[in-house]
Amino acid sequence: MQAFLEYTLGGIAVGMIYAAIALSLVLIWRGTRVLNYSQGGMAMFTTYVAWLVIRDTGNYWAGFAVALASGLVLGAVLERAVVRPTEGKSPLNSVIVTIGLLIFLEGLAGIIYGGQYRSFPAAFSVTGLKVGSVALGVSRSDVFTAAAVLAAALALAAVFRYTSVGLRLRATAFSPGVARLLGVRIGRVLTLGWALAGLFGALAGVLVTPSTFLYPNSMDSIFVLGFTAAVIGGLDSPAGAVAGGVLLGVVLSYAGGYLGSNLVLVYGLAVLVLVLMIRPSGLFSAATARRV
Amino acid sequence: MTLARHTAAALGIALVLAALSVRLSPYRDYQMAEVAAYVVAVAGLTVLIGLSGQISIGNGAFMAIGAYASALLLLHLGWPLELVFAASAVIAALAGAIFGVAAARLRGPYLAGATLMLAVALPSVAGQYQGIFGGDQGLAVTIITPAFLGASFPPTRWLAWLTCAAALITLVLLANLSRSRVGRSWRAIRDDEIAASLAGLNVARLQILAFVVSAACAGLGGALLAVVTGIVAPGAYTLTLSIALLTAAVLGGLGTLPGAVWGSLVLVLVPSYLTNVAAGHGLSGGASSSVPIAAYGVILIVVMLVFPTGIQGGLRRLFGPMTPDAGILRGAPRRRAAASEHQKEGSV
Repeated sequence: MQAFLEYTLGGIAVGMIYAAIALSLVLIWRGTRVLNYSQGGMAMFTTYVAWLVIRDTGNYWAGFAVALASGLVLGAVLERAVVRPTEGKSPLNSVIVTIGLLIFLEGLAGIIYGGQYRSFPAAFSVTGLKVGSVALGVSRSDVFTAAAVLAAALALAAVFRYTSVGLRLRATAFSPGVARLLGVRIGRVLTLGWALAGLFGALAGVLVTPSTFLYPNSMDSIFVLGFTAAVIGGLDSPAGAVAGGVLLGVVLSYAGGYLGSNLVLVYGLAVLVLVLMIRPSGLFSAATARRV
Repeated sequence: MTLARHTAAALGIALVLAALSVRLSPYRDYQMAEVAAYVVAVAGLTVLIGLSGQISIGNGAFMAIGAYASALLLLHLGWPLELVFAASAVIAALAGAIFGVAAARLRGPYLAGATLMLAVALPSVAGQYQGIFGGDQGLAVTIITPAFLGASFPPTRWLAWLTCAAALITLVLLANLSRSRVGRSWRAIRDDEIAASLAGLNVARLQILAFVVSAACAGLGGALLAVVTGIVAPGAYTLTLSIALLTAAVLGGLGTLPGAVWGSLVLVLVPSYLTNVAAGHGLSGGASSSVPIAAYGVILIVVMLVFPTGIQGGLRRLFGPMTPDAGILRGAPRRRAAASEHQKEGSV
C-alpha cells in the first residue's frame, strides 16, 4: 500500500513532464499536421543554455527564464527557416527534415559542450516529502514540476479560450483554409504555435534534467515517452495530452516499480503499440479537443 | 528476363570488386566490407521509404536484432556462416512482422514515432539480460577464413568477399522485387493509397510486406556488420545509427538501389574524415566525434529541401542520356513525374 502510494504520486510527477512534451507536439500537430521529432533535441539544447546561465550567474531562476525564452525563439526560428519550406509537400519531407533537425541539434550540442554527462540543478529540494511517518514518494522538486506544467497548461487553455490570438490558433487548427479566408495570417499563427511548442519543450527540459543528467541524447527517451503520451491523448487534443501524460506516467511508474525499472522504455513501447492497435485515434476522442 | 539481366550485372560487378579487393590494402578491404554491410541495410530502408512511402527511423534496432542473432547462433550453435546470415535475416523479419502488423494501421508520423521509440528502447534490453547479451561489453564474434584460400589469405579480404557477395545478392533480389508486381503495387500505394485500394490492392498487407522486407535487410546488414567488426555491443546500435541509415538513403536518393551504395560509401568514408579534420582544427575528442552527427542533420535537411532526388537523381540528370541501360532511360521521366506528383500530394 505504501509502495502503491509512492508509485502513484511519483508517476503523476513524471507524467506531467511527458504531458509538457506531449503538449508541445500537439500544439504543432494541430496547426500543420507536422510531428516535430526535433522537440526533444530542442529541449535538450535550451537546457544547455540554462545550464550555461546558471553556471555563470549562479541564479537558477535566471537560467529557468532564459531556457523558456530561448525555447520560444528557437521554435519560431526553426519553423521559419527549416519547416516552412516543407509545407505542401509529402508528409515524408517534414518527418525527414525534423529528424534532421534532431540529429543536427544533438551533434551541435556535442560540438559545443562535449559529450560528457553534466549534472543540472533542481529548483527545490529533491529529498522525499513525508506526511507524519508516511513517505509520499515525491519531493518538493516533483511538486514544483507538476505545478509548473499544470500552470503552463492552464495558461495555455486560458489563452486559447479568452484571447483573440487563441481564437486564431483554434481557427487555424480547425480549418486553415477557412481561417485564411477570414483574414487570419496563417503564417504568423503557425510560427506562434512552434514558438509556444518550443516553450513547453524547454519547460520539460529544465524540469526533467535534474533527474537524468544533461548530455546530447538526454531528451531522447523523454521525447519518445512524450510522443506516446500525445498519441494516447489523440495528438490533437491539449487536454488529452495532459491526461495522456499523467496516465502514461502512472502506468510506467507501476511497471517500473513492480517489474523493475530498466525496461521502462520497453514498457512504454508496449503501451504505444497497444494504444495504436486498439484505438489509433487516442483514448480521448477528438470531440473534446474541439472545445478546448 | 530482368532477373537474368540483374544477375549478369551483379556477376560483372562481383568480378570488378574481387579484382579491386586484391589490389586494396587490408584497411581498405575492411572498409569495403563495412560499406557492403551498410548497403544491405540502407537498400532495405530506401525501398521502404522510396517505394512504399512508409518511413522507419528504427532500422538500427533491426540491425541490432540481426547482429545479436548472428552472434548468438555462432557462439552457441556454431552454425555455418551462410545459414547464420539467412537465420539473422529471418529473425529480424519476424520481429519486423510483429511490429509491422501493429504499425500497419499507422500513417507516416505514427509509424515514424513508433519506430523511433523502438530504436531508443531496444539498447536497454541488452543491459537488462546481461547473461544472454553480454551487457555493455557485448558479444565477441569470430569467424575463420576458410582453409582452401590458403593460410596467407588476408582475413579482411575474405570479409570483403563475404559481405560484397551478400550485398550483391540482396541488391539483385531487391531490384527484381521493385520491378515485380509487388514493387508496382508499392508505388501505386505510395502515390495514391485510396486509388490503390479501389484497384483491389490489399494496402495493409503490402505495407507490412515492405516493412518486413526492410527489417530483413536491416537484420542481414546487422549480421554482416557484426562479423566485420567482430563485436556486437549495444553502444553501436543507438538512435544515431538509425538516423545515419536514413541519412544514407536520403542522400543517395530515396527509392534507388545505386543510391543506397552512394549513401553507404559516404556513411563509411566521410565520418572518419570529418572527425580527423575537426580534430586537426583543435576540437577535443568528444567534440570532433560529434561533427559527423551534426553533418547527418545538415545533409538530411539540405537534401530534402534542395535536391530531394539525392545523388542518384543528380547523376541521372547529369549522365542520363548517356546511360547504357535503356530500361532506366525509358523509365526515368515517367518515374520522375510520379515522384513529383508524390511530393505535391498535399499535407492532409
